[in-house]
Amino acid sequence: MKLTTLMTSAAMVLGLATGAMAQDKTKVGFVFVGPVGDGGWTYEHNQGRLAVEEEFGDKVETVFVESVAEGPDSERVMTQMALDGADLIFTTSFGYMDPTINVAKKFPDVKFEHATGYKRADNVSTYSARFYEGRAIQGHIAGSMTESNIIGYIGSFPIPEVIRGINSAYIHAKKVNPDVQFKIVWAYTWFDPAKEADAAKVLIEQGADVVLQHTDSTAPQAAAQEAGNVITFGQASDMAQYGPKPRVSSIIDDWAPYYIERVKAVMDGTWESTDTWDGIGPGMVGIGEISDAVPANVKEEALALKDKIASGEYHPFTGPINKQDGSAWLAEGETADDGTLAGMNFYVEGIEGSIPE
Amino acid sequence: MDLSAINPLLFVAGFLVAATPLIFAAIGELVVEKSGVLNLGVEGMMITGAICGFATAVETGSPLLGFAAAAVGGAALSLLFAFLTQVTLANQVASGLSLTLFGLGLSALIGQSYVGIKPPRLGDIDFGPLADIPVIGPILFTHDIILYLGIALVAGVWAVLKFTRAGLILRAVGESHDAAHALGYKVKRIRTAAILFGGACAGLGGAYISLIRVPQWTEGMTAGIGWIALALVVFASWKPWRALLGAYLFGGITQLQLNLQGAGVAIPVEYLAMSPYIITIIVLVVLSADKSAAPASLGRTFHASN
Repeated sequence: MKLTTLMTSAAMVLGLATGAMAQDKTKVGFVFVGPVGDGGWTYEHNQGRLAVEEEFGDKVETVFVESVAEGPDSERVMTQMALDGADLIFTTSFGYMDPTINVAKKFPDVKFEHATGYKRADNVSTYSARFYEGRAIQGHIAGSMTESNIIGYIGSFPIPEVIRGINSAYIHAKKVNPDVQFKIVWAYTWFDPAKEADAAKVLIEQGADVVLQHTDSTAPQAAAQEAGNVITFGQASDMAQYGPKPRVSSIIDDWAPYYIERVKAVMDGTWESTDTWDGIGPGMVGIGEISDAVPANVKEEALALKDKIASGEYHPFTGPINKQDGSAWLAEGETADDGTLAGMNFYVEGIEGSIPE
Repeated sequence: MDLSAINPLLFVAGFLVAATPLIFAAIGELVVEKSGVLNLGVEGMMITGAICGFATAVETGSPLLGFAAAAVGGAALSLLFAFLTQVTLANQVASGLSLTLFGLGLSALIGQSYVGIKPPRLGDIDFGPLADIPVIGPILFTHDIILYLGIALVAGVWAVLKFTRAGLILRAVGESHDAAHALGYKVKRIRTAAILFGGACAGLGGAYISLIRVPQWTEGMTAGIGWIALALVVFASWKPWRALLGAYLFGGITQLQLNLQGAGVAIPVEYLAMSPYIITIIVLVVLSADKSAAPASLGRTFHASN
């Protein structure tokens, strides 16, 4: 009897001790929509996670779950992470928005960070990058280089982030090439290499000689390479392995500084619910090297455009811009406000087709 | 809307390619299920085949060797399933699901150094003057050998199941393993052979994605095609030609809806996007009105003492 009591209390002390030790480490969870080896979106988020480990070493423990479907299942994954003692959880896809808010309500002491969404709470921050700034540069290069005047665009889901990218690319392609036409195909997936490749092939068969993608894998790059005389842009990650052609440039998401900053804030107890939306200027959006397949003058213009956007001198959505139905949106010289951009649900004038509901 | 943008020849050729991985995976699983085993690990065997085929093709420079390796890789993984379900008598559903998880992880591990590499290309068969026949030539005679192998495999499986003694024995094992056992047939041996065949087919299907349809290696690149193949077998009422039809329907409508989107057809995209699933299911369900049932022993564990 005495022995068992002794052992029980010893076990309890031990349990408390390990519990206390676990407290010292800040536990950070990541929920990913694709595999970390997708070569695009999730790959870059995972690079951010690794940067956090590098920065804080023993003081931090990171966990991640990959290929989590958007919707109810993600709620289960987040709940499990919170129950396992995570202090901070990054949920890295638009479709995790409502699940994140739901789980955050149940765990008021756990901090959540949701990427690309617009719903916040006391313990939920949102963060995103101004990918549309990079899309402007892509549009410029695409419009300058297309010979068929048909630019293919692989959309994932019809959400504001994707529509913003289409609009920004279109506006800047149209500026340098008034005859340009956008063919948009919705894949209804973030990650499905076979389907993404099929979509790219279909666009190329229908005459596109530039393919822009807003899906996460490098499959469209491979399909373009196979087809021959087509150019593409790396999406979310550099995808340099497909350069110098078809991949002629890229948008690179750099999450590392933000992740390190937020983890630090949790450690210091200074974390607050915020809304971060950074672009080329602060470095959250990078432009991958423009390859030699791009004519020198186009490259120069593209870099000049990048500098003007980075310094804030130029906003990619500067009037006059009309909506698709012809109604006025931005007057001459007027720039779009963040609220409208965040909820963008319309095409600009000149794009054909309608946005799926 | 500009339907003239769609090139019908390229469209048909495209959907034959898109359907081929499904045909391989479905015909393999069909044989497995005909023997009375439910292997839910198709996705795992496909992705394993995809990386084994890709890695071998890159290392040797020969796509055909790659396909051979894919078949071996898929079969090797299925051997694990055969061991679990036939020797240790583990639950087939649980074993199949874990096979998928294991295959996804294993392939990611093997594939780490193969990201971003372009595989050697498998050339199309040269049919000589046949390829010059208008319309039919470009559609039927401009493909690689594996695509034809897929169709031949369906014909072969159909013929073996319907006309041969081996097919009859396989079906007997799947309908009533006790009766087959009483007649002296080696139930476990026959089932293991069927499982290996299914694994090899799934591996080939996976490699067709990584070597021809995409062509590249990306983690998790099969993205659910194995599950569609599983569903296809059921909706095709375990009949080879219906599985082929289902795969063509699914692949064809998937391609068609992408083409229609590109051409700007005024059908809401969300309907287009769901059409492959719905139309394939409706057609196959209507076809299966003849009450063809599942193999009676499907999913049941066999032990000689039962």
